[in-house]
Amino acid sequence: MTSANPALRHQVKRIYKELLYMGKDFPQGYDYFRTRLHKAFMSQQHIDDEEKIKKGIERAEFVRKEIEALYFLKKYRTLRHTYDKF
Amino acid sequence: MSGLRILVPVKRVIDYAVKPRVNRTQTGVDTNVKHSMNPFDELSIEEAVRLRERKTPVQEILAFSAGPAKSADIIRTAMAMGADRGIHVQCNEGEELEPLGVAKLLKKVVEGEKSDLVILGKQSIDDDAAQTGQMLAGLLGWSQATQASKVQIEGDSVTVVREVDGGVETLKAKLPMVITTDLRLNEPRYASLPNIMKAKKKPLEKKTLKDYGLDTAPRLKTVKVTEPPARKGGVKVDDVDGMISKLKELGAL
Repeated sequence: MTSANPALRHQVKRIYKELLYMGKDFPQGYDYFRTRLHKAFMSQQHIDDEEKIKKGIERAEFVRKEIEALYFLKKYRTLRHTYDKF
Repeated sequence: MSGLRILVPVKRVIDYAVKPRVNRTQTGVDTNVKHSMNPFDELSIEEAVRLRERKTPVQEILAFSAGPAKSADIIRTAMAMGADRGIHVQCNEGEELEPLGVAKLLKKVVEGEKSDLVILGKQSIDDDAAQTGQMLAGLLGWSQATQASKVQIEGDSVTVVREVDGGVETLKAKLPMVITTDLRLNEPRYASLPNIMKAKKKPLEKKTLKDYGLDTAPRLKTVKVTEPPARKGGVKVDDVDGMISKLKELGAL
């Protein structure tokens, strides 16, 4: 598996590591998250068109933001239920 | 004025998603679970960082924590969110400070670091005491605004909107002051992996309680810790008469 562009390869690995790190807080557990993340990335490994790889990285960035929002909302809701009785 | 020196104390608590369990000896809760930063302290860090981003002159954001060795991770998280440096006062496991002890300690830190704004979480989600901020303001003789939902600083006057029962209250005060945060103040950012890595380069000072020469002997004694009683299930009634007789039985009618 040789990527055409080492810079892109680096970017993909970076976002993968970032997502993996975030998975430690995932509600269904780290193992649930890790297997699915791995599968999602492996399913894209055949892509060798640079434009498509960039699209994929963008999608990963989007997912990262979504997970951040999910964590924030979950925390906010839990606290609200705990401290605001209405 | 050369800019604000903000002190943000943070606490390492049992993660909000973990259900605490009372230990077998009934002296406390099981602490061998996931820990994270007190959510209300995340709000105060975020507010300090946002003050800077809103072009309020902020000279320094100092994160502070007193607790066992692992509290250093929480200070790292705070620095990943935007604090400039950290101070960690190490205490041994099982020798946690009480709100008054923390307030006395913070007073020393404020004096030592010449802070002019302290932003605390209104309470920690483990002890739920909600006392430290108020005690600190009292010890320092500073203005205090608790449960802030909006903070604005212009020059040395601070306008704080705070949440009170049944509405909001707007306070105006002069610096220096103590602010405690409420849930709706802002939306804390996520401490991402690259930022945590960068935070490892930020300075973190390690100190001990002895360095401050304080008497922090506990004044409270925990007698016993028990789980709340389990919720009893309801009963189904067949008809209206059944319901009324049941209500009478319970003394509600």
